[in-house]
Amino acid sequence: MGQKITIDPVTRVEGHGKVTIYMDNDGNIEQTRLHIVEFRGFERFTQGRPYWEAPVLVQRLCGICPVSHHLAAAKAMDVIVGAGTGEGLTPTGEKMRRLMHYGQIFQSHTLHFFHLASPDLLFGVDADPLKRNIIGVTIENKELAVQGVLMRKYGQEVIKATAGKKIHGTGAIPGGINKHLSTEDKEYLLNGLEPMNINKMIEWSQAALDFFHEYHSKNKDLIDNFSVFPSSSLSLVRKDGALDLYHGVLRAVNAEGKTILHDIDYQEYYKYIDEEVRSWSYMKFPYLKELGKNAGWYMVGPLARMNTAEFIDTPVAQKEFLRFKAYTKGKPNNMSMHMHWARLIEILHSAEMIKQLLNDPDILKGELLTKGQKQLEGVGLIEAPRGTLFHHYKINENDQIVMANLIVSTTNNNQPMNEAVNFVANKVMKGKLKITEGMMNAVEVAIRAYDPCLSCATHALGQMPLEISLYNVNNELIDLKRSY
Amino acid sequence: MDKVPEILIYGYGNPGRQDDGLGIFLSEKIDNWIKEENILSVKVDYNYQLNIEDALEIADKNLVIFIDASKEEINDYYLTKVKPSDRLEFTTHTVSPSYLLNLCKVIYNKTPDIYLLHIKGYKWEFLEEMTEDAKNNLSKAYDFLKEFIVNNKNYINNTS
Repeated sequence: MGQKITIDPVTRVEGHGKVTIYMDNDGNIEQTRLHIVEFRGFERFTQGRPYWEAPVLVQRLCGICPVSHHLAAAKAMDVIVGAGTGEGLTPTGEKMRRLMHYGQIFQSHTLHFFHLASPDLLFGVDADPLKRNIIGVTIENKELAVQGVLMRKYGQEVIKATAGKKIHGTGAIPGGINKHLSTEDKEYLLNGLEPMNINKMIEWSQAALDFFHEYHSKNKDLIDNFSVFPSSSLSLVRKDGALDLYHGVLRAVNAEGKTILHDIDYQEYYKYIDEEVRSWSYMKFPYLKELGKNAGWYMVGPLARMNTAEFIDTPVAQKEFLRFKAYTKGKPNNMSMHMHWARLIEILHSAEMIKQLLNDPDILKGELLTKGQKQLEGVGLIEAPRGTLFHHYKINENDQIVMANLIVSTTNNNQPMNEAVNFVANKVMKGKLKITEGMMNAVEVAIRAYDPCLSCATHALGQMPLEISLYNVNNELIDLKRSY
Repeated sequence: MDKVPEILIYGYGNPGRQDDGLGIFLSEKIDNWIKEENILSVKVDYNYQLNIEDALEIADKNLVIFIDASKEEINDYYLTKVKPSDRLEFTTHTVSPSYLLNLCKVIYNKTPDIYLLHIKGYKWEFLEEMTEDAKNNLSKAYDFLKEFIVNNKNYINNTS
């Protein structure tokens, strides 16, 4: 009997992902799909609005990483006000934005590791979901959980000091930044009372890596083999090949490490990247034009960035980067669970960058803004926590936005997430007629490694639980599971 | 004179998605009113989502009132007491008040009294304008919350 299994992780009022797994009569996996069933249409959100409003407006797109949208839009608007593409800002403008951005990366990655990854690591992917969360972590390892909460808090404090209010952040403006860091905020973030200071954050970032390594040494099969498939990787890199989360050129390498996108100026990204529409999902499928729809897909995010970068220019993270690269003998790493390792390296790098920037006198004084000849089009790219984020705008002579195209990180990861679901479904569901808790979570873990943001901007009460439905070949419901 | 803030009013939601911003808008209105009335025992905060670091925010409070937009079948607004829960969310992107209370309890051994003010919303598109029905509900909830604060501004939590 053929079957269709549907995993329905509904977490927001309108937007959610749904996994459908089709089995043939012998229980073999025929096809898997991760559907995105909400049409977001957020490009329309900005049309007709004055261009200078965009950096504030676009924060509404995502409640969990508003800073990334804020900065990507600001970078596009830098081009429009004639301030250039990244290198054109004043030292103060660029460094304050970087400080804001590394604060965002630090808090977002910390949340993912401590809130989602560490429970899976501590208790296993098939553990009781009532235990497999940060409350379970607290009971098992209180120190780890407390560190997670305080590291999140620290990252938020960096954002608050640079961007202002949580909801109406205004730090980055077209051409630069609207203020210097105050000496009080600098002192608080640099030398605050224990544990809220940057040295402690660096220490805890290293401790989180130690935790991961210890776990990895005892659970190699899970970490190395849970979800592995060949994938190309795309990200910004600095012109000299260093990891750079704020600015650079666009590079892609294939699964063997061959460069397939050669450090292009992202103002021309549309010459190299296109998006395919598939009838069964509202989320598009980006791909490199030169390689075509089938072979041109790529992943973005922490693992992709480790694959494209040649080195990290902060000392402690660089040591860890060398260890990471040595694990695959310098070849690209396509083990999905190593995304957690890569994320932890970026937490450490971000903490080191925050310290470096806090000690830089340019953040306390100097010119804030750059002005130039106005342009009618601009592209802003940034490495958001979940991967490369594209913002592309055109304006008219009245300064109104007439076109906006956004490719968000999760969209870039659309095909890799589908590949991950397919890999895991083949591994844990093949030949099974009932959905177990462990199967549900295995599929979720595969998707969650990418930390997808399916519709995080709206969350009103009344949300539904996770649901899996199992249908037979006649579309009759034969099994239903919900997790609360 | 009122003491340092021991009551927290915390709205959350997205003001860029129509009625989802109800929690934010009410928090902003209440914040202005509290400043006018010089009520020092109440602190107001707001954000897009609740998240784990908010456990720290509520740990030293006696009373917390979260405010959120609601799709539930209610008339306009209602207040419920929050109980600890360890329900797992699918993503990292939000936590519930009850999850937060539980986290606060296990990390800091504190259990502030927490209420959730549900305000009925109707539309959730990418627009900054709330619906008229939501505005009416906001107005009613505002009056209710002012009275609630006046009656509880020196609130003492006997359990934490």
